[in-house]
Amino acid sequence: MTTAIDPVVAYAVEGPRPGLKDHLRDWIPRLVLAPSFALVLIFVYGFNLWTLLISFTNSKAFANFNFIGWGNYAKLWTWTFETDPPSNWYTALVNMVIFGGLYVIFCLVLGLALAILLDQKIRGEGILRPLYLYPLALSFIVTGTAWKLFLDPRIGLEKAVHDLGWTSFHFDWVVNPRMMIYCVAIAGIWQTSGFVMAMFLAALRGIDGEILKAAQIDGASAYATYRRIIIPMMRPVFMSALIILTHMAIKSYDLVLSVTGKNPGGAAELPSTFMYSYTFTRNQMAVGSASAIIMLMTIAAIMVPYLYSELREKH
Amino acid sequence: MGGAAVAWAVGLSGGAHAADSKEVQMLHWWTSGGEAAALSVIKDYLAKEGYAWKDVPVAGGGGEAAMTTLKAMVAAGNPPTASQILGYFALDYAEAGKLGDVTSLAEKGGWAKVIPTALQKFTTTDGKWDAVPINIHSVNWIWVNKAIMDKIGGTAPKNFDEFVALLDKAKKAGVIPLALGGQPWQEATLFDSVVMSTGGPDFYKKAFIDLDDSALKSDTMKTSFDNLAKLRDYVDPNFAGRDWNLATAMVIKGDALLQVMGDWAKGEFKVANKEPGKDYFCYRFPGTDGTVIYNTDMFAFFNVSADRKAAQNALAEASMNPEVQSAFNVIKGSVPARIDVPDTAFDMCGKKGIADVKAANEKGTFVGSMAQNYAQPPAIGTGAYHDVVTKFFHGEIKTSDRAVAELDKAINAAK
Repeated sequence: MTTAIDPVVAYAVEGPRPGLKDHLRDWIPRLVLAPSFALVLIFVYGFNLWTLLISFTNSKAFANFNFIGWGNYAKLWTWTFETDPPSNWYTALVNMVIFGGLYVIFCLVLGLALAILLDQKIRGEGILRPLYLYPLALSFIVTGTAWKLFLDPRIGLEKAVHDLGWTSFHFDWVVNPRMMIYCVAIAGIWQTSGFVMAMFLAALRGIDGEILKAAQIDGASAYATYRRIIIPMMRPVFMSALIILTHMAIKSYDLVLSVTGKNPGGAAELPSTFMYSYTFTRNQMAVGSASAIIMLMTIAAIMVPYLYSELREKH
Repeated sequence: MGGAAVAWAVGLSGGAHAADSKEVQMLHWWTSGGEAAALSVIKDYLAKEGYAWKDVPVAGGGGEAAMTTLKAMVAAGNPPTASQILGYFALDYAEAGKLGDVTSLAEKGGWAKVIPTALQKFTTTDGKWDAVPINIHSVNWIWVNKAIMDKIGGTAPKNFDEFVALLDKAKKAGVIPLALGGQPWQEATLFDSVVMSTGGPDFYKKAFIDLDDSALKSDTMKTSFDNLAKLRDYVDPNFAGRDWNLATAMVIKGDALLQVMGDWAKGEFKVANKEPGKDYFCYRFPGTDGTVIYNTDMFAFFNVSADRKAAQNALAEASMNPEVQSAFNVIKGSVPARIDVPDTAFDMCGKKGIADVKAANEKGTFVGSMAQNYAQPPAIGTGAYHDVVTKFFHGEIKTSDRAVAELDKAINAAK
């Protein structure tokens, strides 16, 4: 037993000798993935590095390589604390917190509520579900323009309510620079909460019916079942939704431009619009690059711990 | 999206390789009806000379998208024959050594004598011509609805106080006095005129062309901000974020008395079949008569291979042809960049514009618009200036004292 290896056992352990077919099977996924891997390597990570390089130069209209160290970051850092009058960067950060916070929280809450309601085996679900999901099919420009018109006091909501007779009704957020960012959040939430609903609905459908039956037999109320069993079981979906929403909020650009109309009073600035305007219209490419790197770092600060915890759980 | 971009890139490079000496490749953002019609004047002229026109239109009002495309084409070593370009962008390309040379044509045509002197800063580099201006716009105009003017019994205001009095009259009559789009560039464009009206051309030049600290921080600048604040009382509450052409439409429809805007607004009146003198008036911004705060559209000529040079020269000569400039600008609503073009084909606003440019050029009151980046590069114009003016107008900066200090600070930081 110890010296001679039983050929049957050996076969079971090592498998048949690998033939050409098996080599191919091993290599095809790699070959197929190679071009996209190379593209991602160059066009994502390569350009990230390029932007990082530019952010240490004094590039203006065109990229150059006169390195000036941390100057651009120092500038952004000073601007972070310039509140009266608010610097563009300060406004961008504050708006990011307001918009990002509202967007993520409301999308999660509304998405979950819609998913739970839709999951009650109601009639017409087949019609309702795509209805909620439909806004996602629109581009942010369309959503933004539509909401801008809808909220415009002269032609939209306020006028309609006035025409109905409630003349003291007042809703001018979309033309009030200080409130504009909330309108951007409203439009964004409208667009995305249906998508979050679809994610949650899929997760709800994936929960084993036996567990729910067991809970029922134990006499758990519907609320307790959701609160203690279903929602905790959906933790991975929450994480995915959170990640998707957070990065959508940080990179949001077209929505804010279309809702606010070119940023009056500089009050609707977001890091993304800041980055674009400094890089391309104000000819301060290096400052724009530095802000882009800060955005990347912000996303990384959220993504890296998430990826780390996800990968660790699998091993 | 990705696929389309690739196809587009391939199409571009394919076109460039196939380019022979009989093709003009032109990048521009004149895609709206009137603008495209104006451009076809040049196109037709070149067709008669046997040159094919290869259009590279990149839509988007202010040309931001087009400038980004141009940057990519030039960086890839595949520049168009020429590109529509604004102010300091031309100087940026010249500085980077990307522009060609049409000096021999300029000498032959005597361009230096017929193009306003101040404008030549943008078309020449070290005495070398590398761009030509096709038109001159000016921003210190007001556009007044005649019917409302008659109704409220207003007359043409001669100075800033009369202007405010006129606006007051409209307000009392229950009309929106001032149609304004609350976007940074529109507010800054309005402020150009306010500063000119408050301080006069010498002050304007000292502050915005020379960036003289004492002028920027002066009481005159403070008064200018105070005057701007006065105008805030005459806009409707929903002005924030409105596009300029919607503001023009308010004047056309009679919802508002007047708009302060560059002469591209005339195109909107034209499309609505309104006639100057009959349906609307064009006045210089009160207190700025005799001065022209200009911006201009130019064609920059890039360093191209020898076989494309003939086509480039043909385009340059066509653009500077007096008849072409006349026909182009009649359609576009601007005035010819050449001051020797007869004004016979133009309407009364165009005639006044042409006369004003000529007079202002002689008097030295022909100055670049700060808001449109013709006084300073975009880091200062679009950057510092727009920021401070819009923050002041929307109350983020509360007093004119503060606004003056912030303007000086922002401009010095952006220098």
